Amino acid sequence: MKICVLVKQVPGSDSPLKISDDQSWINEENVNFITNESDNYAVEEALQLKEKLGEGEVVAVSLGPERTQRTIREALSKGADRGIHIEESYPYASDPLQIARTFASVLEGEQFDLILSGLQSDDFGFGQVGVILGEMLGMSTSTLVMETELADGKMKVKRELEAGWFQWVNLDLPASISIQSGINTPRYPSLKGIMGAKKKELNKVSVDSNNEPRQSISKVYIPKKTKRTEMIVGTVDYQVERLVEVFKKDLRIL
Amino acid sequence: MSVFVVVEQSNSGVHRMSWEALAGGQALGRDLSLPVSVVLMGENVSALAESFQSKDVKEILKVETPLLSNYSADGFSSALAQVIETESPKYVIMGHTYMVRDFLPRVSAKLGLPFLADNIAYGVEDGSLVLSKQLFSGKLVADVSPNGDGPCIISFQSAAFQEEDVTDGSGASVRDISISLDENTIRSRPEEPFQEAAGAVDLSSAEVIVSVGRGIGKEENLPMVKDLVQAMGAELASSRPVVDAGWLESYHQVGSSGQTVAPKLYFALGISGAIQHVVGMKGSKNIIAINKDPEAPLFELADYGVVGDLLEIVPKLTETLQG
Ligand SMILES: Cc1cc2nc3c(=O)[nH]c(=O)nc-3n(C[C@H](O)[C@H](O)[C@H](O)COP(=O)(O)OP(=O)(O)OC[C@H]3O[C@@H](n4cnc5c(N)ncnc54)[C@H](O)[C@@H]3O)c2cc1C
Ligand SMILES: Nc1ncnc2c1ncn2[C@@H]1O[C@H](COP(=O)(O)O)[C@@H](O)[C@H]1O
Repeated sequence: MKICVLVKQVPGSDSPLKISDDQSWINEENVNFITNESDNYAVEEALQLKEKLGEGEVVAVSLGPERTQRTIREALSKGADRGIHIEESYPYASDPLQIARTFASVLEGEQFDLILSGLQSDDFGFGQVGVILGEMLGMSTSTLVMETELADGKMKVKRELEAGWFQWVNLDLPASISIQSGINTPRYPSLKGIMGAKKKELNKVSVDSNNEPRQSISKVYIPKKTKRTEMIVGTVDYQVERLVEVFKKDLRIL
Repeated sequence: MSVFVVVEQSNSGVHRMSWEALAGGQALGRDLSLPVSVVLMGENVSALAESFQSKDVKEILKVETPLLSNYSADGFSSALAQVIETESPKYVIMGHTYMVRDFLPRVSAKLGLPFLADNIAYGVEDGSLVLSKQLFSGKLVADVSPNGDGPCIISFQSAAFQEEDVTDGSGASVRDISISLDENTIRSRPEEPFQEAAGAVDLSSAEVIVSVGRGIGKEENLPMVKDLVQAMGAELASSRPVVDAGWLESYHQVGSSGQTVAPKLYFALGISGAIQHVVGMKGSKNIIAINKDPEAPLFELADYGVVGDLLEIVPKLTETLQG
C-alpha cells in the first residue's frame, strides 16, 4: 500500500505573531516553525497503518520554502520512507485550490492508495487542501477521522460529528482522508530514527505555477476589541485576593 | 445573479447554522441588491420547504433524489456542483459545519471556484465583497477576497449571524431542479451516527466549572487543578488538547465536538479561546480566564481576565479558599 501524508510547517503557537509592515502576512523573523498539530497525528496514523499491514511505503510531502524540509525530515525520522519537498513558487500561498492543484500536479503519477492530511492548518485553517486534492485525483474522501480500519481493499473510518457524535464511513480506495487530533498518540523520533533519516530520499521539486489563486488575503490585523473585560493586574497575591472577592461578592458562588 | 443559501438538515429539521447562514445571506442580498434563494437537497424535502415558506426568500429550490437520502460527500458535492452550474448564482452560502467541511471543498474543486471558508463577517468595499476570517485560532484576522468572476462559495462561522435576524416575507415560489446522479459514483457510504458512552459528569447542569487547557503544560500539573475544583465545589472540564493527550477522559471536553455548557461561572485556566472551544462555553453567565498571554482571544470574551502563570496562581488561590 502506498500512503502519502501531507505535512505542513507552520508558526508554533508560542511564537510572536507580528504583522508585517505591508499588513500582508506576519513577520517571520523570530518565529519558531513546527509541524502542524493535526499533521503529526496524520503521520502517526500513516506509520501505524503500514506497520499493521506489514508492507507498504509512507511518503511525506510538503509545500513551502527551504525551511519546510525540517518538517519532512521529522516525519522521516519517525519512520516515513521518503520525502517530497515542493518548492513554493509564490509567497504565502493563501488559496487552498491553488495549493491543492500544485500537489495534484506533482503527485498525480505516484498512484497513492491513500492520502492522509491534517484536518486543518494552524495558520490559515482552510480545512480544505486534503479534500480538494482527493477530488482532483479522483479519490473518495472523508474528514475529521478518529479511527481507521483497512480490510479487503476497502477502508472504514470513524468520522467525528458535532457534539460528541460519530459515524463510520465505508470508503472505496484510493481515498484521501483528513485526520482529527487525538486519533492516536504521535511517537517521538528515536535517536536511531534521526540518524537514519539523513540517508533517506528527499526529493525537491519545483512546479511552474500556471495556477492563479482564486482567493487572496488583502490585509491581516489584530481582532478589534469590543468587550470590556476587567483585567486583574498586579502581584500574584493581589490577583488571588481580587479573584476571591469576585467569587464572593460579585458572583456570590462561594 | 443571486445569493443561494444551501440548507443542511439536522435530525430536528433545519440545522441551526443554516438559519444563521440565511440571516447572513439575506443581509448580503440587501447590501448588494441581489435576490436570495434557498437550496434544499435530499430524498424528499417538501416538509423542509415549508419551514422557508414564510421567510423572505425569492425561491425555494428543491433537489430531490433517493441517492441524497443519506449524506455522502460524493452525492452532495456532485448534486450541488450541478445546481451551481445550471443556475449560476453569484454567491453560495452555508454555515461552516462538520458536513460542510466534508463536502464543500469538493464542490470548489469540481468547478474550480473559490471557497472562502469559516468567515466571521463580510463587508462591501467599492461594490465588491470582502470576507473576514480568523487566522492562528483567532489571534489574528485576515480580510480575504475572491478573485475573478463567477460564483463564489462562502461559509460562515457559528454565530457570525443570528438566527433571530432572519427576515420574514411571503410568496416564495418553489421550483424543482433536476440533477443526475449515478449510484456508482458514490464511493463513500456512511453508517448510522452514534454517541460514545456518556461520562460520569453532566457538565450541562454544573453551576461552577473550572476548565483546564493546554497551558497546564503536563499531566503532573493536573492535581493542582483538581484541588482547586474541590475547593470551589466545581466540576472539572477541559479543552480538546488535554483530552487528546489522554490526561482527561473525553466527557470533560467542552466545545464543538464535546459538551455545551452554561454555568454561572466558567473559570478557564490556560485556554486560548479558539472558536471550537468557545462555541461550547460562550453561553456561560460569567467567564474568568487566566492566561499568560495578554493577547489570548479568550480575554475578549471574559468578564474578568488574569494575565499570569496559572501554575503560580492556582495553588495560591486554592490555599486562600481553603483558608
Ligand atoms: C473541527 C474541530 C473541532 C474541535 N473541537 C474542539 C472542542 O470540542 N473543544 C476544544 O477545546 N477544542 C476543539 N478543537 C481544537 C481548537 O481549535 C483548539 O485547538 C483548542 O481549543 C485549543 O486548546 P487550548 O486553548 O487548551 O490550547 P492552546 O490553543 O494551545 O492554548 C493554550 C493557552 O495556554 C496559555 N498558557 C500556556 N502556559 C500557561 C501558563 N503557565 N499559565 C497560564 N496560561 C498559559 C497560552 O498562552 C495559550 O493561550 C477543535 C478543532 C477543530 C478544527
Ligand atoms: N503547504 C502545505 N504543505 C503540506 N501540507 C499541507 C500544506 N497546506 C495544507 N496541507 C495539508 O492539508 C491539511 C489542511 O490544510 P488547510 O486546508 O490549509 O487547512 C494540513 O493539515 C496539511 O496536512
